[in-house]
Formats: sequence, C-alpha cells, structure tokens
Amino acid sequence: MRREIPIAITFIVGTVFIIAYFIPHYPFNQFENWFNDWFAIVAAFAIWLGALNLLKISAIKIFLKKTDQLHAALIIISFLVMIFYGFYNGFSGIMANPPYSYRDPAPGINFSWLYDYVYSSLSATMFALLAFFVASASYRAFRARNFEATLLLVAGFLVMLGRVPVGDLITQWLPRDYQLSQLANWIMNILNTAGQRAIMIGIALGLVSTSLRIILGLERAYLGGD
Amino acid sequence: MSWEQTFGIWLAAAFTLGIVSFLYRDNIFYKVCEAIFVGSSAGYWFVTYFWDNLYRKFYLQAFDPVSPHIAPWVGFILGVLMLTRLFGAKIAWLSRWPLAFIIGATAGVYMMFYFVSNAMLQIGASIKPVFVGSFGDIVSNVLIAAGTFCGLVYFFFSKEHKGVFGGAARVGIWFLMVTFGASFGYTVMSRMSLMLGRLDFLFGDWLRLIS
Amino acid sequence: MRTREIIAFFALIALILLAKYVLPHPMQFSPTLSLIIIILLSLTFIIIGVLTLQGKFVERRIVFIYVGAALTLPFFMQIELEVPISPEVQSAYDQIESLNPGSKILAAFDYDPPSAPELQPMADAFMKYCFHKGIKVIIMGLWPQGPQQAGQSVEAAFEDDPALRDKIRYGVDYVNLGFQSGNEFVILRMGESFKAMFPADIYGTPYDSIPILRNVKNYSNIDYCMNFSAGKPGTQEWVQGAVDRFGLKLSAGNTAVQAPMIYPYLQAGQLDGLMGGMAGAAEFEKLTGYKDKATTFIKSQSFAHIVVIVFIIIGNMAFLRGKTERKVK
Repeated sequence: MRREIPIAITFIVGTVFIIAYFIPHYPFNQFENWFNDWFAIVAAFAIWLGALNLLKISAIKIFLKKTDQLHAALIIISFLVMIFYGFYNGFSGIMANPPYSYRDPAPGINFSWLYDYVYSSLSATMFALLAFFVASASYRAFRARNFEATLLLVAGFLVMLGRVPVGDLITQWLPRDYQLSQLANWIMNILNTAGQRAIMIGIALGLVSTSLRIILGLERAYLGGD
Repeated sequence: MSWEQTFGIWLAAAFTLGIVSFLYRDNIFYKVCEAIFVGSSAGYWFVTYFWDNLYRKFYLQAFDPVSPHIAPWVGFILGVLMLTRLFGAKIAWLSRWPLAFIIGATAGVYMMFYFVSNAMLQIGASIKPVFVGSFGDIVSNVLIAAGTFCGLVYFFFSKEHKGVFGGAARVGIWFLMVTFGASFGYTVMSRMSLMLGRLDFLFGDWLRLIS
Repeated sequence: MRTREIIAFFALIALILLAKYVLPHPMQFSPTLSLIIIILLSLTFIIIGVLTLQGKFVERRIVFIYVGAALTLPFFMQIELEVPISPEVQSAYDQIESLNPGSKILAAFDYDPPSAPELQPMADAFMKYCFHKGIKVIIMGLWPQGPQQAGQSVEAAFEDDPALRDKIRYGVDYVNLGFQSGNEFVILRMGESFKAMFPADIYGTPYDSIPILRNVKNYSNIDYCMNFSAGKPGTQEWVQGAVDRFGLKLSAGNTAVQAPMIYPYLQAGQLDGLMGGMAGAAEFEKLTGYKDKATTFIKSQSFAHIVVIVFIIIGNMAFLRGKTERKVK
C-alpha cells in the first residue's frame, strides 16, 4: 500500500481539478477550495522541511567538526535571528490593539528591518553579480562558429541596441521605419513570437501528456524507490 | 533619519560590497555574506510560510471561535507527514502522501491551463487569414505561421529530419536561434538592470553622490 | 590576507570616506568631461582589441571593470537620450488612458525587491498616472513582498505631488488587499469572489466596510487589470487563470528575462500591452509624463549594452582571425 495510496491520492486530486474546470459548481468548487487551502498548508511544511534540513546539515558540520564550520555557524545564527524576530513581531502583532502584521515596519530592529537591510540587499546583489559574468562569459565563449550561431549573435545585437536609445542614435540618418528600435520591435513581435510560440506549444503538449500520465498512475517516478 | 535606518544602510552597503568582492576573487568577506544570505533566506521563508499559510489557512479556520472548520486538519496532517522525511527511511515513505497530493493538484490544474492558454489559443492565433492588411502585415502573418510550424517540426523527433521535413526543421532552427538571440539580449538587459539597482543604492542611498 | 588585499581594503575605506565627506553631493560631470571620459574609454577598447587579436585575452577582471564603469559613470553624466516608444508599451498606455475617471483597476504586484529596479519605475509611473486621472486602484499581490512594493509606489506618488495626500483617500480611491498565498489558485477563486480570498485588507479592515470595494464581487466588476510580474506566479498565471477563464482585460509589466516569453500572449490578443524590463519602464515613464529612475538608468543601460557588444565583437574578431590562419595552414 506504500505506492497504491499515493497513486490513488494523485488520481483523485487531479481528477477533481480537471472536472472543476468544466463544472465550477457545488460540490467540485467546494473540493477545489479545500484542496487549494490544503496545498498552501502542505507547501508551508515543504518549506519548513527544506529549512530544517539545512539546519540539520549545518549542525552536523559543526558538531562533527567538519570543514566550513564558520559558514555553518553563520547559517544557523542568521536563521535563528530571522525566525526570532519573525515570530516575536508576529505574536506581538496578534496581541496588540489594533493588531498589526508581522511585516509592519515598527520602530527599531525587527523582521521588516532585517528583510529590508539584510535579506533584500544580499539577495539583490547575488543576482546582480550576473551582470558582470554575462559580459565576461560572452567575451570568452560567444562565438559565431556557424550560420545558426551568427543568427543568434546578430539577433542579440539588434535587440540589445534597439531596445535602448543608443540604437536610434546610431541609425538616426535612416528613415524612421528602418531605425534600430523599429527593427528590434519587429524581431520581438514577429520572429521572437514565432519561436517562443513553437516552444510554448511544444511544452504545453508535453505537459498535458505528462500530467495525464501522472494522474492515471502511469508515471510514478515522483514516488521514488521502495 | 533614525539610528536604525542609518545602521541598516551601512550594513546593507557592507553586505553589497562583500558580495561584489567575489568579482576580485573568492574571499572570507564573500563567504560570510553568502552564509548570512543562505541562513536569512531560509529564515525569511520559514516565517512567511508560517504566518501567511499555516496561521491564516489552518489556525484561523480550524480554531475559529464562531465556526471552527474540520477540513483544514486534513491539510495539516498531510503537512506533518511531509516532515517524516527528516527522520530516516523507516517512516519517510509517509511523505509520499502529501507529495502525491501536490503532484496531483499541480498536474490537474496545469493540464487544463496549459492546454487551453498555451496550446489551443496559441495555435488559433497562428492560423489567421494571411492576405489581409498591408504588404508588411501579410509578410508578418506568413512569418509567424511559418515560424511556429517549422519550430514545431524541429521538435518532432519521431521522424528523421530529411528531405522536405528536414528543410522545415532547418528553418525552424533559424527561427529558434533568433528567439534565443532576442532572449539573450533581454537577459543582458535584465542583469544590468539588477546591478543598476544596487549601484543606485550605493551611490544614492548610501554615499548620496546622486540625487 | 596578502599585502595587496590589505592595501586594497584600506584604499576602499579611503575612497568611501572621500565620497561620503569630500566630494560634492550630488556629483555631476560637465558635458565636456563626460565626452572626454567616453572618448578615453572608447580608445582603450582599441588596445583591448589589439591584444585580443594577438591571442592575449584580457583577464575577466578587466571586463568587470569596464562593465562597472559603463554602469556607474553615466549616473554623473549630463546626457539626454530620446527613448523610442514600442507598440506594446504604447498599447498598454492606451488601455489605461482610455479608462474614465472613477474606473476601477486591479493592480497585481507580483515581484520582490531584487526585481524592483526594473518594475518599480513602471509601477510608480502607473500609480501617479492613476491618481492624477482619478482611476481607483485595488492593490493585491501573489508575492509576499508585492503589496509592500505597491505601498512604495503610493508613497512615491504622494512625494511627487504632495497635494495628492489630501486628494487621494485610502479606502475610497485606492485599497491594498495585501498578499495571499496559493498562486494560480488565488486567481481562480477571485474569479468567483474577491472577498473569499481577501476577507480584509492589509490593515485588517473587513472587505464589506471598504467603500471602493462596494459592488466589487469578482473580475466582472472591475474595468481593467495591470500586472507587474517578476516570475511565477505572474503574468502567465494571470493570462491562464483570469484572462482565458474569466475574460479579464490585462496589460503587464515584466522583467526583461520574462518578457520575450510573454510575446505570444500579446500577439494572440490574450494580453493588451506589455512593458518589458528597464526599457519598457522608461517608455512608460515617457508616455505618462512622469520621468524618473528608469529614464535616468536607461543611459547606463545603453552604455552597458555597448560594452557587452564590443567585447563580443572583439572576441569574435580573434576567433575569425584564428579560423582564417588555421585554414591557410
């Protein structure tokens, strides 16, 4: 029954959502509403699972004196500080009159402060580093080795120049309809649309068939081994 | 400006410079910032999902003083079963139940969404009357229809790409290469924008060199 | 740490103190100085080109310096660049412009602070335009930080025109319903009832006692929808769940990474307008007349793109030269 019950759950839940698409009335809308809420609750536990797993791995590194102990200690400390303020602000907010959300920026150091000045700044900068690496990687690796690669390169150049004012500055001597911005618009609205649509349809058809296989229990890879 | 705002800006600037120092080489400042990022990120989502999901969707409904609901308890039990993965293979198999629920819900919803919006409506939009409007419109309609069709032909691997079929697949690759080039251009734009945001913070909010 | 790194660390501290306490605030280069800097940097590209053609690829840190300079220096340059308008941004603007005063628009803020450099400028311009035109805004978010970003847009509108603080009333002219978890499930349930998903606003005020929400049951009671999206859940989910299922009219602002993938919806008519990335934000600012950060940042964006293109061209020149030499041999 270790595999049969999950397969039955997948079938029932998937079928209810498909039927609810066509019959959005009682009882299917009621089932849909319940399943929506259960999904949110299970998602919360899934996130908790990931976070607790991270804590477990970090704690093992510290207590078994493995490498990167400082790294692991910092992870645990920053995690605990964040959840302390998150729960402290949240429970204070519930008890207050009028009540306020755990996200409300109350004076002093609190969850909102930690989010704005610690998490946000770190997260934004991590992603922002990619700006440098994309330039460096393009310089070293982006080569027009064949016709297709050249097409990719030229399309990229035209879009990069056409979407910023410099493109029209370079081609201002041409009639308006032939300037770089118009060319970039045409590439995005016609050629890019055609290619993206082909990808979109292909993914959609693949997703539909895979979803059907999962719901019917033909695809069981998500259950893992016995 | 209050002391915590000033302290916060200097701390955020230090974190920003710590992460950016990775461009020079991997160093202790970067490692410290990275560790704090991982920990604070996990903590943030831990708290957010507690208050926004567990508290609002489970506690407020299950323990409502006027009319407590029973249905949220099913979600709660499924969620608790998810945590059995932490405790070894003997009981970890119980986590398959909530996993099956998530997979089933996602498959059911996405199947209809993607079939209607991403397949049927997109196919319908490609098959439009071709010879309407100006010459430019006609060329555009032909290119969209042909590009979509040839792109799909390229992705059909059950037939060998030879002859006319192979020719259509080749044209499909050309359209896809232009698509990827456009995506590359936009990706460069996006990454540069992210860095501009951080530079605006450093030079604007922190050093006040720009208004 | 090595001596070089210790020196670099103290040099950085010195630069920070110099910038904070010595340099003029704000700092601006004259047009002549700006032109000299551009010419000098352009000339250095020739040196890099020659070195690369000789097979000596410059170190990646040199590339980083060029990218950093291209992004930073335009902040201080007095350069005006004319932003061209694309048809999809024009269409998004036209849809909002066609709304009458008193119309209700649902604004879905589905992004977080890391995506704010691209999306916040268009959100700010949108909010300013709506407030000045008398369009009522119902704010919500599928991302936890979305409603907070919306709050920043409202504040930006009030700072831009302080008279709006007295004119625009919370609950009457705009409301912030906050965040609701559930992704596409939220969108589906809102098709039936907004109140089912948002029983109260972000401050806890019950749905029924908010004036702007009177007679607003679901999508059929609002005149338009604007979505600012950085990923999932976002524009794709709104199109799939609200537009195609309930007939909602929608325009969207997306990050540049996501925008190319949304064009098929635009061409199919599922989406009325699309603002992609910083460029889309700058265009929207120009159309609405509220030029702000995006119009300033687009200068840096332009130079950064040129730097990337020049480096790619230099790299390919070396590659083609090597290819020719191999053919000759």
